[in-house]
Amino acid sequence: MKGAKILIESLLKENVEVIFGYPGGAVLPLFDALYDAPLKFILTRHEQAAAHAADGFARSSGKVGVCLATSGPGATNLVTGIATAHMDSIPMVAITGQVKTSLIGNDAFQEADVIGVTRSISKHNYLVKDINDLARVVKEAFYIARTGRPGPVVIDFPVDIQMQEADFNYPPDVSIRSYKPTYFGHPGQIKKALQLIYRSRKPVIISGGGVILAQASPSLLKLAEKIHAPVTSTLMGLGGFPGTHELALGMPGMHGTVYANMAITECDLLISVGCRFDDRVTGKVSAFAPEAKIIHIDIDPTSISKNVRVDVPIVGDAKNIIGQLLEELNTSKLPDTAGWNEKIKEWKKKYPLVYKKTGRRIKPQYVLEELYKQTKGKAIIVTEVGQNQMWASQFYKYDYPRQFISSGGLGTMGYGFPAAIGAKIANPEKTVVDIAGDGSIQMNIQELATVAAYDIGVKIIILDNGYLGMVRQWQELFYNHRYSGTTLKNPDFVKVAAGYGVKGKRVDKEKDVKSAIKEIISYKGPVLADFLIEPEENVFPMVPAGEAINRMIGGMA
Amino acid sequence: MKHIIQVLVENKFGILARVASLFSARGYNIDSLNVGETQDATISAMTIVVDAPDERILEQIKKQLNKLIDVIEVVDFTRREHIERELIFVKISREAKEEGVISKLIKDNKLSVVANGGSDCILLACVDRQSEEEILRELKKIGIKELVRTGKAAIRK
Ligand SMILES: Cc1ncc(C[n+]2csc(CCOP(=O)(O)OP(=O)(O)O)c2C)c(N)n1
Ligand SMILES: [Mg+2]
Repeated sequence: MKGAKILIESLLKENVEVIFGYPGGAVLPLFDALYDAPLKFILTRHEQAAAHAADGFARSSGKVGVCLATSGPGATNLVTGIATAHMDSIPMVAITGQVKTSLIGNDAFQEADVIGVTRSISKHNYLVKDINDLARVVKEAFYIARTGRPGPVVIDFPVDIQMQEADFNYPPDVSIRSYKPTYFGHPGQIKKALQLIYRSRKPVIISGGGVILAQASPSLLKLAEKIHAPVTSTLMGLGGFPGTHELALGMPGMHGTVYANMAITECDLLISVGCRFDDRVTGKVSAFAPEAKIIHIDIDPTSISKNVRVDVPIVGDAKNIIGQLLEELNTSKLPDTAGWNEKIKEWKKKYPLVYKKTGRRIKPQYVLEELYKQTKGKAIIVTEVGQNQMWASQFYKYDYPRQFISSGGLGTMGYGFPAAIGAKIANPEKTVVDIAGDGSIQMNIQELATVAAYDIGVKIIILDNGYLGMVRQWQELFYNHRYSGTTLKNPDFVKVAAGYGVKGKRVDKEKDVKSAIKEIISYKGPVLADFLIEPEENVFPMVPAGEAINRMIGGMA
Repeated sequence: MKHIIQVLVENKFGILARVASLFSARGYNIDSLNVGETQDATISAMTIVVDAPDERILEQIKKQLNKLIDVIEVVDFTRREHIERELIFVKISREAKEEGVISKLIKDNKLSVVANGGSDCILLACVDRQSEEEILRELKKIGIKELVRTGKAAIRK
């Protein structure tokens, strides 16, 4: 069997259903093998979008996303997408064509050192130099991508090897002696953690993306309810714990809720599950959870004690470890946390997320609230980056894992729309909405051609403020209103959509928001809706960079 | 503080770059790095000497080394019993070789002559931490034409 066919057969063995990609000279044999393979191929209009679509497919389904590009420029166009997946621990396999093995290192036509370029932005990478390694490499790549702390794996596949012949034997299992993730928590650490729980009168759980990746949501819910601990979910963790639950605190950190940040600041025990304490979460580290003992549950030992001091680290899979804790938990030893929960309830009442409607100009928060109502909280919300992303995290409530999809770690503008394409393909029956900014959407707007060609019913809602709003907000607050390089002269988005054959809609009055959203979500194909919003609306509350998280601007009034 | 770290890795291409880039990405200079096959031809042992101004960052680097897929084991020898040696080649002129300090080092078996033709000669020293300083100090007195070191290799006791 030819190398190209071996690759396709291997993908089928891994139950791959869809590949997002773009062709070129160094992948011609692969595309030829793809032509009559029982696999869906989605031709995006830019390789970056193929990577983000594979990522959105993975985040929304829990399966490994697959993208494919040619050598050189095709591969370098994937880089932002691979880095985005890497920062958020998303399982993905990226396949790149490479020049003939005899030409590697010669500055051959369309050669790029993909192994070198992707080394620090992927979980692992492989250059296939021998056709006899190919099936094993694919098997290992998928295994590495989805196990342990997940992440993207790159397979660089020279064109001559795609054409060589070998027998196809897909290895039944994987054994990598140097890669053995820890899945269960150390029993001694479980005991120590329980001792801290028994002593805590003011516990808080901080739930990160790891909860979703490990499918630990049901266990987390059980734990929180048993020990009566309020739960704050990081941006990556939204939906890991039901956002409408009475123990839910919303998001912590820079644009978190006042009550989440107050709770962290005053708690005497912080149980972190699958959260790596990003600086957007902690603010000034020395003032982060100053009163608390910290239990840190994470599958990746390098996350532990990296940013914050930890009292009881537990390395392993979040679901297993919570299971271990629940198994040994003696509820009669739990102290009374009623006072603490009462206090939190008061904070919630006193400092809710707020905004003011004007009666004229559209407030972005209102758009999200209305979207929440009309989709009954059940849509998959994908975001771009900036204010749009923060409003989407604050004003839509996420009750289910894999419902909120956003580039957290890298903060990649242009991520949302292609990721929404991937999410819609994985969930054709669900409403998938990309909450976009007028800046971000233009970073991958060419994908309107993809949704038109395949009739992928993604809904784009542009919160159009005419600015690179998040940067403008910082300039307003910290750079004396000097809006340097942040004003946008936008195209007519409705006409742009029409040019691509996609339904477009413009909404510029508050009173039209309701009916517009109804129209958008009931339309069956793709829609781009341009909501002209209050141009200088800000995201509040806000913790200025480097400040303690209880030093918030806005939202405390 | 100087650390000697042993990293056991799969004997595959690419792993050296991965290991090295964990240090370079943080602006850490590796003092020396020595690699060779072990008794098992599929495993290589690297001995890395690095000066770590911040122990916390070094801890992080060690964890991240462990996280690399092709790394089998990471051991910091700094606080463990171990033996370390390094080979140093020096090229000096024939006249310099006759100087008292040098002939004494040769007589004491601290230096050996490995090539001795033409106008130069090449000496070899196998040093540990103490003898390294002594020999380099003496050699610098008489003027060295060329100096090449292997970097430290270390083994657990
Ligand atoms: C690729 C990329 N470039 C630059 C940035 C920096 N950045 C963060 S938010 C932002 C503004 C985004 O503008 P827009 O998409 O209109 O969203 P808004 O904040 O206005 O909602 C910029 C430029 C980024 N995150 N990603
Ligand atoms: Mg904007």
